[in-house]
Amino acid sequence: MAFDKMELQKIEVWDGNRAAAQALRQSQVDVVAAYPITPSTPIVEGYAKFLADGYIEGEFVMVESEHAAMSGCIGAAAAGGRVATATSSQGYALMVETLYQASGMRLPIVLNVVNRALAAPLNVNGDHSDMYLGRDSGWIQLDAYCPQDAYDLNFIAFKVSEDHDVRLPCMVHQDGFITSHTAQGVHTLTDDEAYGFVGEYQPMNDMLDFEHPVTHGVQTEEDWHFEHKARQHNDLMTKVMPKIQTAFDDFEKLSGRKYNIVESYDMSDADVCVVCMGTSVETAREVATEMRAKGIKAGVVGLRVIRPFPFFEIAEALKGVKAIAALDRSSPNGAAGMLFNELAGALFNTGTKALLSGYVYGLGGRDLTKAHLVSLFTELQKNVDAGKVTTPLQQFIGVRGPKLSFL
Amino acid sequence: MLEIRWHSRAGQGAVTGAKGLADVISTTGKHVQAFAFYGSAKRGAAMTAYNRVDDKVIMNHEKYMEPDFVFVIDPALVFTSDVTINHKENTIYIITTHMSTEELVASQPRLAGKKVYTVDCIKIAQETIGRAIPNTPMLGAFMRVSEMYDIEFFKESMKRILGKLPQKIIDANMLAIQRAFDEVK
Repeated sequence: MAFDKMELQKIEVWDGNRAAAQALRQSQVDVVAAYPITPSTPIVEGYAKFLADGYIEGEFVMVESEHAAMSGCIGAAAAGGRVATATSSQGYALMVETLYQASGMRLPIVLNVVNRALAAPLNVNGDHSDMYLGRDSGWIQLDAYCPQDAYDLNFIAFKVSEDHDVRLPCMVHQDGFITSHTAQGVHTLTDDEAYGFVGEYQPMNDMLDFEHPVTHGVQTEEDWHFEHKARQHNDLMTKVMPKIQTAFDDFEKLSGRKYNIVESYDMSDADVCVVCMGTSVETAREVATEMRAKGIKAGVVGLRVIRPFPFFEIAEALKGVKAIAALDRSSPNGAAGMLFNELAGALFNTGTKALLSGYVYGLGGRDLTKAHLVSLFTELQKNVDAGKVTTPLQQFIGVRGPKLSFL
Repeated sequence: MLEIRWHSRAGQGAVTGAKGLADVISTTGKHVQAFAFYGSAKRGAAMTAYNRVDDKVIMNHEKYMEPDFVFVIDPALVFTSDVTINHKENTIYIITTHMSTEELVASQPRLAGKKVYTVDCIKIAQETIGRAIPNTPMLGAFMRVSEMYDIEFFKESMKRILGKLPQKIIDANMLAIQRAFDEVK
């Protein structure tokens, strides 16, 4: 290989961006086409620097917009290379058209999404608005709660996305600033271990294979469009989860770190629990432990895989619990929150009698404090004691002014 | 859990300082977190950075903090922002100033009755590094006040972290750390 290896310490103090950039280096990504945007910029900047310093054999393509960035990634993936990029917020929004192209063309691309609020009003801080925007785009979506996860999940993403039975692009989400710019200890893999895990890129239907010409980016009208979409949905519903599980198992063997499609903490005997994503999962875990010392049996469920949605896994995780709070970090703008709706759907035909309430929190980077979570768990316990939801079904946490609630 | 809040101006190196400190502490087997509030802050705007240190994995990601230590690396911030916000009874302040501790406390009544140490990190940085980058001297002062690590161990660790800089700059930083360690009162 025509590049230098890098000696890493066993534990490096990296922020989430650095962790993701290092994972792209260790995966030896062939092409990154990128247009920088806060707070994801250091990921592609990091790749570019590793490339310039001779640590990667690849191409960095500078483009004029995020739409062009993803278009470049699509071209490179169709040509037959390992491809990745990163974006956030408005950039992600501009990419949306091409996100559907990438997944519909069944191209394995890894997109690091550093979650950030969507304007207006303009805001560079973290919430899940952009992440939610892509949830019907046909991509696999993995969610990191801390820099360690952001590092590890990139390897998982390449492994699953490039599998010839999958061939679907994959996003790795991390919280803007709270993960992306927060330095924490990250247990590293050596370059050989990491590359050994993701493996050599195995092309499929690559356009640069002139012996086997293929067509990409076709038009199908009512004669075939539905069949293509149905097949894509079928593969997301049936093929992706087992591949993710296998990748998680193999990764645990390699690193000792165990990931689950749905992460459950203190759930075996929990009466009350919150279901959330991103850094909030970890903060909630700490508070749940503290609530148990106060006599409230609290647990936490985190989504590790957002798409495909772990319909059965989440119902299983919530089987015995009496009150559930669904925490959405995105404004539903005229509906119940996404998590509230997904959980309701997953639980409706099960035997559960759990009380479900929804909370909207943390928009534009607004802090989710431990104090907020203490009141939340306390409120859930009140619901359990009363045998019904004692509050409106949708409440806002941490917004100034009179308490807001709906439904 | 040990928690530190830095008061700085964007560009003075608080984020680098917080990350550097986290890096040193991490090598001793402890768990660390270093982060900052950015917003769209431009160079010169008041900002805060944070450290958390614990024996267990740090899962708390709230931005709210009641710090054990407050570092102020720009002398004017004591007067233009509230450096005592969310303080605890035993919060310790290390403040960059050309004044003596008594003069400083007299000029900012919020600090009355608090544990305040002073050191002129700006002057030290100018005289050693040649630029007003007060982050590494603050860490030298912190080593003296907290007695966290032996200063020689700390300087050796910082040499590794500053590794990519020219040798002249690294040497100047070592001098700055030592001077702040010696001069903090």
